[in-house]
Amino acid sequence: MLADKDRIFTNLYGQHDWRLNGARKRGDWAGTKEFLAQGPEWIVEQIKASGLRGRGGAGFPTGLKWSFMPKQSDGRPSYLVVNADESEPGTCKDRDIIRHDPHKLIEGCLIAGFAMRAVAAYIYIRGEFIRERQQLQAAIDEAYAAGLVGKNACGSGYDFEVILHHGAGAYICGEETALLESLEGKKGQPRMKPPFPANVGLYGCPTTVNNVESIAVAPTILRRGAAWFSGLGRQGNAGTKIFCISGHVNNPCNVEEELGIPLRELIDKYAGGVRGGWDNLLAVIPGGSSVPMLPKATCDTVLMDFDSLKAEKSGLGTAAVIVMDKSTDLIKAIARLSRFYKHESCGQCTPCREGTGWMWRVMERLVTGQAEPSEIDMLLEVTYQVEGHTICALGDAAAWPIQGLIRHFRPVIEQRIADYKTSRGAPSRRPEAAE
Amino acid sequence: MSVKPAGAYEQPKTFSFTAENQAWAEKVISKYPKGRQQSAVIPLLDQAQRQAGGWLPRAAMAMIAEMLGMQMIRVYEVATFYTMFNLEPVGRHLVQVCTTTPCWLRGSDEVLSACKSRLGIDVDQTTADGMFSLMEAECLGACVNAPMMQINDDFFEDLDAAATVKVLDALARGETPPNGSQSGRQNSAPAGGRLTLLEPVGES
Repeated sequence: MLADKDRIFTNLYGQHDWRLNGARKRGDWAGTKEFLAQGPEWIVEQIKASGLRGRGGAGFPTGLKWSFMPKQSDGRPSYLVVNADESEPGTCKDRDIIRHDPHKLIEGCLIAGFAMRAVAAYIYIRGEFIRERQQLQAAIDEAYAAGLVGKNACGSGYDFEVILHHGAGAYICGEETALLESLEGKKGQPRMKPPFPANVGLYGCPTTVNNVESIAVAPTILRRGAAWFSGLGRQGNAGTKIFCISGHVNNPCNVEEELGIPLRELIDKYAGGVRGGWDNLLAVIPGGSSVPMLPKATCDTVLMDFDSLKAEKSGLGTAAVIVMDKSTDLIKAIARLSRFYKHESCGQCTPCREGTGWMWRVMERLVTGQAEPSEIDMLLEVTYQVEGHTICALGDAAAWPIQGLIRHFRPVIEQRIADYKTSRGAPSRRPEAAE
Repeated sequence: MSVKPAGAYEQPKTFSFTAENQAWAEKVISKYPKGRQQSAVIPLLDQAQRQAGGWLPRAAMAMIAEMLGMQMIRVYEVATFYTMFNLEPVGRHLVQVCTTTPCWLRGSDEVLSACKSRLGIDVDQTTADGMFSLMEAECLGACVNAPMMQINDDFFEDLDAAATVKVLDALARGETPPNGSQSGRQNSAPAGGRLTLLEPVGES
């Protein structure tokens, strides 16, 4: 079990003062000027050496990402954009950082922004987090008033602005290029890549988009040392992570633990176990709604890190663990996610715009069993037609939960169809499309 | 996709920010680089919606288009794309019940039906006295405190039918019920108290 002294988010539950005074007592903003004095390359090297991988879902090495930013300006300013559009179903970790440890995020903005020679950080927070936005703005105002950001930030001679921006309800704006479009005052529709944001990002300028948690851990990594961070977790999956444990557990909660903790230990130790005991477990979605579910047999032993979950054809995603016990109608649980993706598709790419609605309508029929067994494969085929054929990963995200359901629970779907036929005494009918 | 068309109800002929909101808007615009004032469109639309009592009249969009040097259609695109903009009037308290899977697993059906029966309306309807509107919402990002609902600016978490009705009753009486967890636990900590972060860190 991770020791309290190795936890980064020491005010995760808001048990202490989130304001500057309280944050300083917990060690935030200590020695920031000295870190900056070591120069941008030094900071990037520390983050690389720490093994930090992006906490927003994709797990890309954070230090490497920062190193893609231009070392010399061609006249255009560079920007750091912080993705605080936390909207992945199951995920509520950035919310706790923003409302309870906002100064870790703001200090992280300065350090990361300095490391990538950015002139400003724009923090894009989802529109619904209104109280959180107010709190973060208050913390930013405190940091300005104390000279920690703004002109000559922390007395370093470096000028750095931190600007809070908000959305207005659109899951797709968590996709980095959609977020940039939204920040520029447009519909949040993803951009084609290349060009990548590091070359052409916000306002056509070099930009790096990082998740809140990735940025907020940076100051502590510098303070405790890269070796400390890389010594936690597992090889290639370094450090600590905030896990969000929701669904059918006795005590849903957020908790910071080491990457690589066994899923069962995470649920048993922190969330009071599965409702009705471990043997009452049916399946777990281990990384937010977009990743395929795991059946209980896999949950018995799987470790919670990027590579272990990838090996099980799922993913760590945002580390949002959605637990479903044996009372769950899994088809309905996934059909509800299909409805979510249909609602959130931006409409730009045909396979996603049409496919998400099509998949949802078929899923709804599978819930009642009003389908032909052959339609299961037809649905699976459509998920493959959507996956990988769109500008952004929302199409993939809509496909994967269905693929996970069919991969592990096909007999449940077949039984539902058989039961429906029996109940209706109806003759077999020809397959039909969702319309 | 979810695009909400503007409905057929009476639109005010004109709209202008109050002096206070005008000053606020100018400050917001100044946060973005010169020539990039379009970035302020979402915050300005949000403020206009607040001033108009929870919905966004077309005249407000036109005013903001003018302020930011945007084509009206570009503002309209934004207003119809983002779900938080209401293009028709809503009640004083906008009740949005999250029904996405993590909340559904914890009983959002019960919360939604408690809202329907307490308010006597269905989803996407407003009570006759204009006090409440009811909507279903997609994941609002408080999943370890599921099920939950958002009412105007506040989240109400760890709900069941009784707690839901209690919140709505308090609002109906003109009170301000406490937001956050309705079961009394500390934010996202497990019920029964913290299992981690028990050691003092620099302060008690």
